[in-house]
Amino acid sequence: MLRRLLLAALAGPLLGAAGCALPEPWVKPYERERLADPIMQFSRHALPERHREHVHVVREGARGATGVQGGGCGCN
Amino acid sequence: MRLWRRFAGLLGSLLAGQAAHAATLPENRAEALVHAYDGGGVTSTGPAFLVRKSMGERVSVSGSYYVDMVSNASIDVVTNASPYRETRHQIDLSADWLVRDALVSLATSQSREPDYHASNVSVDVAQEVYGNMTTVSLGFTRGSDDVGRSDTGFFDRVRTWQYRLGVTQVLSPTWLASVNLEAVSNEGYLANPYRTARVFGAAVPERVPRTRSSRAIKLRAIGDLGSRNSVRGEYRLFWDNWDIRAHTAEVGYSRHVGTQWLADGLLRYYTQGRALFYSDNAAAETTYISRNRQLASFNSVAVGGKLTYRMDNIPARYDAKMTGSYEFKRTSFKDFTDIRTGERYRHDAHVLQLLFSGTF
Repeated sequence: MLRRLLLAALAGPLLGAAGCALPEPWVKPYERERLADPIMQFSRHALPERHREHVHVVREGARGATGVQGGGCGCN
Repeated sequence: MRLWRRFAGLLGSLLAGQAAHAATLPENRAEALVHAYDGGGVTSTGPAFLVRKSMGERVSVSGSYYVDMVSNASIDVVTNASPYRETRHQIDLSADWLVRDALVSLATSQSREPDYHASNVSVDVAQEVYGNMTTVSLGFTRGSDDVGRSDTGFFDRVRTWQYRLGVTQVLSPTWLASVNLEAVSNEGYLANPYRTARVFGAAVPERVPRTRSSRAIKLRAIGDLGSRNSVRGEYRLFWDNWDIRAHTAEVGYSRHVGTQWLADGLLRYYTQGRALFYSDNAAAETTYISRNRQLASFNSVAVGGKLTYRMDNIPARYDAKMTGSYEFKRTSFKDFTDIRTGERYRHDAHVLQLLFSGTF
């Protein structure tokens, strides 16, 4: 399952590298002003995200793929 | 082998040939957080501090200190033992290097509490490609923990391996999306030395496999709606070889209010199925048996809000902000009985954060 997902995730960039499918980058650097706004960040601050992640990981069975660097346990 | 060489060649040409602009170091920043969790008989509070500073043009270092002061009278504790208090301290150190067009990060973390010591080291690499529209990141963490009991001391270990892959894509001048995958494997003592399971109504020590392997994939998208507000959505699928399958969905909304305020709201839903060897009250003796609520079938709904106030700002010099957030969570178990009442267990929780942050 994971192998198939990895292949799917890499297929686009690799096709682009091969120069056969992807168009030229269509969003130019000068068009990214709105993407730099704080409201467009998935995570604005490290410590609150780490706290929230810890609240979840010690109480839920799921883990990983959060985009937050964890560490520590407090599992007991 | 031939296929792998072709794959490596394509990846190499992608990374080397299409990186039009150099990656940048994270900005200098400082954060001071007071956090609190109160729910299900557990109260956890503490401060946390973080400082990140660049050293020259190619290196940035950061350090953080995090404290959890826990007062535990959870349902496990009040039905098996006596409420207790303990404190956990965690220190994180990291260094980021700009190497050509890639950002290479090395990090280490140490966590200490009376009966559990955790340490790990990580390496992560992020590379912007495709005219800076795509960021590809790879990461690996190796962890080593010591597990103990307050009465007998440390008696066993847990080793952890984590492998990460992430791709963030600029879709348009107003939309971003990302996909993250992570595989985590553990080997060692994965039970809780204090917890008991129930077999025919009698308490027995829980018995849990010494290995666990999990996979998770998370998809996220965020878009600027115009008028200084944005919306985001994310979904994570999780599965492991203990037969737990979990779904997490979250939506959020952010909006500037005036020149100095920023408001956020979120809604989160989490649901999971039980582990193969979880039982509320087993009707047979099995090799593995657990009554750990974390491995039960349950769902959790959360609603939260956050307000940020810009206290002071001089562009390109510094920016100081204060943020307060609150999240309400309700967790409902499908197969965990509150043996005090005989009903399915359910609890509410409150999560509070107060943050002072600044970039300089």
